[in-house]
Amino acid sequence: MEKLLEVKNLTKVFTMGSILSRVRLTATDDVSFYIKPGEIFTLAGESGCGKTTTARIILGFEEQTSGTIIHEGKDRAETKGKKVWQEEGIQAIFQDPFGTFNPLRVVDRYFFETVQNFKLAATQREAIDVIDETLRLVGLSYEEFAGKYPSEFSGGQLQRVSIARALLTKPNLLIADEPVSMVDASLRMSIVNLFKRLKEEGNLGVLYITHDLATAYYVSERIAIMFRGNIVEIGPVEKVLMEPKHPYSQLLRESIPEADPTKRWSKRIVLAETEEEEYMRVGCKFAGRCPHVMDICKEQAPKDTDVDGVLVKCYLYNGTSATPRK
Amino acid sequence: MRILKDLFRDYRFFVSFSVLVIIVVMALLSYFSPYDPTLWNVVPRDTKPSAEHWLGTDSNGQDIFWQATFAVRNSLIISLIASLISRVIAIIVGMVAGYLGGTADRVLMFIGDSLLVIPIFLIMVMLAMMVRQFMNLVVLGLLLSFFGWAWDARLIRSIILSLRERDFTKTAILSGTGTVKLVLKEYIPFATPLIFSTLINNIAWAIGLEMTLAILGLVNLNIPTLGTMLNWALFYQSILLARWWWILTPVGLSLCLFVALYWLSVSISEYLDPRTRIQRVGAQ
Amino acid sequence: MNETILRTEGLKTFYILDVFGTQKIVKAVNDVNLNIRTNEVYGIAGESGCGKTTLLKALAAAIEPPLRLVDGYIFYYVDGEAIDVATLSPEAKRKLRLDYIAYVPQGSMSALNPVIKLKETYQDFISSHVSGKSKEETIQLAEQHIAELGLPPKILDSYPHQLSGGMRQRVTIALAALLKPSIIIADEPTTALDVVVQRGVVQLLMDIQKKLKNTIILVTHDMGVQANIADRVGIMYAGKIVEESTTEKIYGDPQHPYTKFLIDSLPQFGDKSTRQSVPGSPPSLIDLPSGCAFHPRCPHATGICTEQTPDLITLNADHKVACWLVGGEHGKTA
Repeated sequence: MEKLLEVKNLTKVFTMGSILSRVRLTATDDVSFYIKPGEIFTLAGESGCGKTTTARIILGFEEQTSGTIIHEGKDRAETKGKKVWQEEGIQAIFQDPFGTFNPLRVVDRYFFETVQNFKLAATQREAIDVIDETLRLVGLSYEEFAGKYPSEFSGGQLQRVSIARALLTKPNLLIADEPVSMVDASLRMSIVNLFKRLKEEGNLGVLYITHDLATAYYVSERIAIMFRGNIVEIGPVEKVLMEPKHPYSQLLRESIPEADPTKRWSKRIVLAETEEEEYMRVGCKFAGRCPHVMDICKEQAPKDTDVDGVLVKCYLYNGTSATPRK
Repeated sequence: MRILKDLFRDYRFFVSFSVLVIIVVMALLSYFSPYDPTLWNVVPRDTKPSAEHWLGTDSNGQDIFWQATFAVRNSLIISLIASLISRVIAIIVGMVAGYLGGTADRVLMFIGDSLLVIPIFLIMVMLAMMVRQFMNLVVLGLLLSFFGWAWDARLIRSIILSLRERDFTKTAILSGTGTVKLVLKEYIPFATPLIFSTLINNIAWAIGLEMTLAILGLVNLNIPTLGTMLNWALFYQSILLARWWWILTPVGLSLCLFVALYWLSVSISEYLDPRTRIQRVGAQ
Repeated sequence: MNETILRTEGLKTFYILDVFGTQKIVKAVNDVNLNIRTNEVYGIAGESGCGKTTLLKALAAAIEPPLRLVDGYIFYYVDGEAIDVATLSPEAKRKLRLDYIAYVPQGSMSALNPVIKLKETYQDFISSHVSGKSKEETIQLAEQHIAELGLPPKILDSYPHQLSGGMRQRVTIALAALLKPSIIIADEPTTALDVVVQRGVVQLLMDIQKKLKNTIILVTHDMGVQANIADRVGIMYAGKIVEESTTEKIYGDPQHPYTKFLIDSLPQFGDKSTRQSVPGSPPSLIDLPSGCAFHPRCPHATGICTEQTPDLITLNADHKVACWLVGGEHGKTA
């Protein structure tokens, strides 16, 4: 199988407001990408770019306005009505480990329920074995885990517990929605290294959603940069992050504070004032802040151009004769 | 019983619990009453409290103390029936409306809101007059429960609405848990303090409403309850005739009951508040 | 070398909690010696739960029960004179606050009053600290201040919810800098913000520091932000400062094993080789390990590490470490 998951032309439009003033917000606009089996793929972007909406649609929590989702070669529209996580072997973990579990319930209840609902064991004894085995994959054991409430774990530990729960059903795709942003910088490596190991040993595919490009560079093979609902650049992580082509990717890359005092920021930047204004823009959504903006950028949204194995949506690269305004 | 131990630290719980224990004991004593409460003139009328008749006797020729035990028992039964049934209705309606949303939500909330807006007292009076012949404890309890669920259903619904958006709901869904089990296991623990405190408030409300109906003579006056005792006492002009032992008994008992129930509900709901519970859970 | 503007000596502030009958003591700040200077950006870095927020509260003279000052001193240097913070009356503290020291707590972007426009917030603020200004004058002052910092003055006419998270954070920081305080303390000002917005917030802090030439104490666990803005960094672990030096030395030549782990675990662009995070978990401040608090996680721990807590000693000019294995009077243990 060449593609584990393929997303084609995914568009989701939210209509908000009252009868008197309807506002249509295009959360994802013609988004297309694919993930190979056993690959860690990053969907990166700042908040409000549409990455979480994409994840929700892939998980089946939300329905797209148009577009197709193909998992393991099967178009989801044909298997309508079935629960995605149960039929398709996709699981997810979330940003806040302490929000992932009910603070009033003991964490192992979720594990036992998963085992029961997915029929992974026949007896209590077997269930404990299955759970213990999965916990060891993330570096924990059943003894130190049983009977504890979420508040009795540290953030990093609880996030690993969350990953373990997702792994119980042996999914082939794990959707990780900002898994390290609430974990301390010093402990992020343990979670991210875990993804690496699970990919190498278990051939687990991971959709890594984040705005932390440093860990994205470290752990993933391919990356898509999203901005206000569009994928503006997609390709191998080495090319996209070390030589970003789209002006937004460049801004993003430059804005990452590197843990090296010799590489401090030198240029000044200007921030957008409101986000809705950019969402509603006709043409290229980054035109308001782009240092290389041209007239055509404000009229028509650019299409994908292949530049050296990377797909970029920018008029700088598709050979228009218009001269960029400096 | 670590829970009870923790609760007893709060003086309000301690006092109210003790008072309620005493009242329940009184209610149980009614089974040992030497007198039949429905008969008249079993003892000399209108005597002051004495060694033989601890709280004196009333104008119907009944021993007030033993009458009061029946009154307390019946009032408690009525209000327990009313509040338990309305709890169940409120929980079901709140959960269904909150989790499913959409049309179910709108229909249920419409019914509930109507019940809140309609002047309940007038309807109660009408209904009470209609079913007067059939009026007994259970019927009265059911009648009261019919009006007692609407407010709390809305409160429970709003708790569910907010919990629905939390991440752990998604975790439960991804664990394969079905809707009913999810709502019961994940959300009810958050709603417990509300359910408890409204239960207790509802008991107090039911007692009060029963008393109101009784004073107006809309219930079966032969069944001794706190309300009917009050009715008889007023009927026979006990205030005017300074027969304080008779009028003060139901008044005093119901006051104790109301204050005790209030303190009980406040102290329990503070204890069960998810925020303090989470702290306690981690501290152990 | 610049003068001292704030100093702590053997500072110990603990939370004394009574959780349903059991007393628990959280040793959040456990013997901290700091010497913060004028015209510098001092960063405090550490994992969550190491006590950094409590340290900031103590520095801002905001010690309230259940937090108690158990031992040690905090000195403010106002007009060249050292003042022991514990001797200040609440009125004196209020005067010093925002005049001498301004505190921007974590999540402060959510602390703006949601029902009044920003200009009213600014007005309230100015009139409660500066007397004798008319309404127009205060609005003018606010607009001038905002414009000087490069923010669009029309945001003063907005309500907080109309602005993005990053803009609110910048407005809050601008508010803190309004009265030109000698010290600005910022607790995790960039957490929960997007990368590009984060850069804008940090840029604002740097602008303020350059303009006022004052001191900024910045607490964050984000080592990238520390590297970009701080002049000196103090690494905090389990309530103590375990290493303190210039930013270059901390990143280029860390001495304490914890600092070494921390710096090594940070992903760098252009380098996909495997990195390890700091092993183990941060200790509980209620139940600290004996001796050096890091010894359960330290691969070089020896006998003395489990028995005695090392002091913060000076290695050479401007580089302090608290570790039994690092030079100075302790000498190297076998």
